[in-house]
Amino acid sequence: MNFMLQFLLITPVLACLAIIIGAPAKRTALFSSLIGLISTVALAWGFDAEAEAFQFITKIPVAEHQDLFTLHFHLGIDGMSLAMLLLTSVVTLSAVCISPEDIKRGKLFYICLLLVSLGAVGAFVSLDLFFLYAFHAVALIPTFLLIGIWGTHDRKFAATQMTIYLMAGSLVLLAGLLAFYFYLPEPTFDLVEIQEMLQGDSFTAEQQSVIYPLLLIGFGILIALFPFHSWAPRGYATSPAACVMLHAGVLKQFGFYGLIRLAVPYLPDGIAQYLPLLLVLLLCNLIYIGFLTLTQKDLNLMLAFSSVMHMGYLFLGLAGMNAVSINGMVLLMVAHGLSTALLFGLAAEIRERAGTLHFAELGGMASKAPWLAFLFIAGGMASMGLPGLGNFAGEVMIYFGAWKGAEHHPILYIVIILAAWGLVISAIYMLRAIKTVCYGSLSDSLRETEDFKDFAQAFPFLLLLAGLLLTGLCPWILSNWMKPVLVGLGLE
Amino acid sequence: MNWLILGAPLVSAVLITIGLYKNKIASVSVSIAACAVSFTSALIVFFSGEYWGYSEYLWFQVGDLKVEIGAMHDDLARLMLLMATGVALLIHIFAYGYMKEDEALSRFFAKLSLFTFSVLGIVMANNLVMMFIFWVLVGLSSYLLIGFWFQRPAAAEASKKVFIINRLGDFGFLLGILGVWMLWDSIDFLTLKSAIKTNPNSTDTFGLTLVAIGLFCGCVSKSAQFPLHIWLPDATEGPTPVSALIHAATMVVAGVYMLCRVFFILELSENALLVIAIVGTVTALGAALIALQQNDIKRILAYSTLSQLGYMVAAVGMAASAEAMFHLTTHAFYMALLFLGAGSVIYGIHHEQDIWKMGGLCKKMPITFWTFVVATLALTGFPGLAGFYSKEAILSSAYHDHPIIFGVLLFTAGLTAFYMTRLVVVAFLGKEKSGVVSHARESSWYMTIPLIILSIFSVIGGWSINHLGLEDFLHVHQHEEGTISVIAMLIGVFVIGTVLAFVLYNNRESEPFDIPMVSPLFKNKFYSDEIYKLTFVKGHQMLATGLSWFDRWIIDGLIVRGLSVISNISGEALRLIQGGNLQAYIIFFVFGVAFIGFFLFRYAL
Repeated sequence: MNFMLQFLLITPVLACLAIIIGAPAKRTALFSSLIGLISTVALAWGFDAEAEAFQFITKIPVAEHQDLFTLHFHLGIDGMSLAMLLLTSVVTLSAVCISPEDIKRGKLFYICLLLVSLGAVGAFVSLDLFFLYAFHAVALIPTFLLIGIWGTHDRKFAATQMTIYLMAGSLVLLAGLLAFYFYLPEPTFDLVEIQEMLQGDSFTAEQQSVIYPLLLIGFGILIALFPFHSWAPRGYATSPAACVMLHAGVLKQFGFYGLIRLAVPYLPDGIAQYLPLLLVLLLCNLIYIGFLTLTQKDLNLMLAFSSVMHMGYLFLGLAGMNAVSINGMVLLMVAHGLSTALLFGLAAEIRERAGTLHFAELGGMASKAPWLAFLFIAGGMASMGLPGLGNFAGEVMIYFGAWKGAEHHPILYIVIILAAWGLVISAIYMLRAIKTVCYGSLSDSLRETEDFKDFAQAFPFLLLLAGLLLTGLCPWILSNWMKPVLVGLGLE
Repeated sequence: MNWLILGAPLVSAVLITIGLYKNKIASVSVSIAACAVSFTSALIVFFSGEYWGYSEYLWFQVGDLKVEIGAMHDDLARLMLLMATGVALLIHIFAYGYMKEDEALSRFFAKLSLFTFSVLGIVMANNLVMMFIFWVLVGLSSYLLIGFWFQRPAAAEASKKVFIINRLGDFGFLLGILGVWMLWDSIDFLTLKSAIKTNPNSTDTFGLTLVAIGLFCGCVSKSAQFPLHIWLPDATEGPTPVSALIHAATMVVAGVYMLCRVFFILELSENALLVIAIVGTVTALGAALIALQQNDIKRILAYSTLSQLGYMVAAVGMAASAEAMFHLTTHAFYMALLFLGAGSVIYGIHHEQDIWKMGGLCKKMPITFWTFVVATLALTGFPGLAGFYSKEAILSSAYHDHPIIFGVLLFTAGLTAFYMTRLVVVAFLGKEKSGVVSHARESSWYMTIPLIILSIFSVIGGWSINHLGLEDFLHVHQHEEGTISVIAMLIGVFVIGTVLAFVLYNNRESEPFDIPMVSPLFKNKFYSDEIYKLTFVKGHQMLATGLSWFDRWIIDGLIVRGLSVISNISGEALRLIQGGNLQAYIIFFVFGVAFIGFFLFRYAL
């Protein structure tokens, strides 16, 4: 089974080559992502939830200079990476499914999509910081192309702004990783070696106070942490549906993934030192961005702001810094990825039918397209945190975990109380969106609307909904996988 | 049994949604059958008398947080289960009669099943998180039901408002739960009970009061207590069976049920109890006053429900949770009956809801009329009927220790008799006040049978509950001395209210009262909707607009664009320097050398 991870990485590369040679672009991409999903599920099947070490290990030397620099192509997964892999493969498959077959410059489009997905998979299976970073860059660059070439109005500006922001974020992140590297007793990028090396004695408080803010800001820009959020709404509202599904759904989670991998186990003092800052910023994400979401007059922009807002909950999980809150964080990362992808995908379907996403021009969709409306309402309910769907379980864990964490930092109590107001804010904007889009009298723009013609059209959305139901009804699956991870992080 | 009670309605909702919806009859039958299964299982549970908490499904376990889906069969839960499933079953049957002609009948029954599932979940919950899960689900299903006729803008708006106000309550409830977890490290009712029993004084009173009030917040929104009562009248936008389900037997009483469930926590804080009692009393009185001047039959009943809920909450606040449960149970019967009766009337006269356009219905719809009268008498406290017993129990518990609350609640009982008699007299007696009445005829047996069954319970519900083997739990306190005077006073206000309303409203064609200042206040519900709009809605809007301005001009404008402008300017400046002109480079070079040389000579040498 050890070849599985390489297989996951090679499939999209082969598919890209096939598309270049001349294979039908969409079908090839579909086939590749279907194989990706099947093999990820197989991976989950063969995964040993009890084992504490990384599994499906591959280690290929790349560069070895004695005393100077060694680099291994080191792959392996634990429960957290497995969850992220499943998220990636599900979102990739649905993103490819909903993309139109006759899109302009189709070859390049599907190659870009596959590369984004490849980068995400690579980042999540890499056990070497060098490759983790490199794979993330592999995912970012096609994202810019996707927005710049296939975006809607204002795409050049959005793509440029996003590029500048994310590249700046990546640079800060690189600085943080280098600081991390050079402060190690024996510099290495290998996560397993780092884990062994730092067992017992970690970085000193001064070292942590240098590394952590760089990582927080670097990853934070990638996640759209306040005040680095401006790129996200514009970029998301402009970009083609498949791209925003992959970016908001999957790539953004990479930032939290990195923070959990590096900051939680090795930089606890840094986290504690910068906690006040983090708390202020996450409240801004939840409340400030939440209020901005209320004023949006366009469905896509509202979803984009809402996605940025929910990042606040994930940061709250980080602030809690205990087993419950981190587990909730990972669960919410998966659920948020699925629900965001679902909503953005549906928004694209609505735009295709109505030609607009302005609230003022939409209405009454439920009477014409009941299934579309049903899925939209389900996605909205997931994002509002309704039980039965994954977001709720994640948020509950985060609230409980952060509340426990407040024993050490009483200020957290107040932050949680304010953060819980997010429940009300997200209900206000989501219910308003559902009301204006689905309910009321039929708008002119939707008069000719048709529902999904067959199962195949609804399939990508049903797949995402199924994921949300699974995470919502059986959060124990993930918490079983997470148990050894949490032990490894020193939280249990 | 637990799986059956909860599972049957869930399976029905899922089955109808994924495929059965194409066949209306199949959907309806599955939904009613599911409810019947729940009811039968609840009967078995009721008479098998189990007491302990089960855990059926481990939702997740991380660290010291373990959340299970379980069930609890103490007396409280068993009584509530039986009552909720029983009334829900009757409402399901009635709903078929009422909604037969609706195109989306299947969708309606799917939602009805989901609602039943959610409410039963609250009742069975053996821990706070499970209760919270179903708590939120009840909010969701009421949203779906109230917005059932989603094409109507009013229904869409009302459902949204109801859900948002429910979320407000969820906010407080969640914080209350977190507080409980902090104080006793557990969310499980049984564990909590024993923890509190062994260690009652271990916690600080201020934190305790906050926690208790947080939990009470949940009840305030779900049971529509002041100041979150504003959603309840909006809920009448849904079809009538929905109103019955939401108002009478299930959703709003869930709040009171929750209070009784966590009463062992609430009673640790006297301040919290006082707050609860005051909120309940204010709600009871305020809603009764509003009901005096309403003309929509469903809204009158909605405010009447509100007022009775105020009684229950006040009872909990006076540490009389058993009396509250007692009133809750009797109330479920006659209030469901009243709403279904109103539904039957509305159905009979083609969706007219204004009582001043009815009149003379007693001959056209005799079964509806007589059952409605029974329910009215049961509600207003006719001696011997259900409401009389439970109202007397609550008033007796207030009689000694809380004289002011007693006075207000007694006065409210008189008001109740007054406005309910007004309703009956105007809507059913006298002449036909408009043309719609002339075509009215009695509803089909789907609708009348539930009415008859419920009216039987409204008659016997009061004394029979005391003979069901729940004495330990419903040991309604016997306040020997004073009971007679309480009964006398209760009968007194009942007679005064009824007679007064009868005399004033018999054979009237239109509202005889228009007292300046007071009538508009009651008619407009003390302007509570306007206040809600001004504070909550406008407050959020203004804040949002302000912050949006800040984001556009300060964050995105000044800082982000500013940065790009600065980098543009510096780029331009640097471009001037690097023009590719060799002479310019040489000049820069010479100046640079001279500059460095100057500093070297000045400071280094």
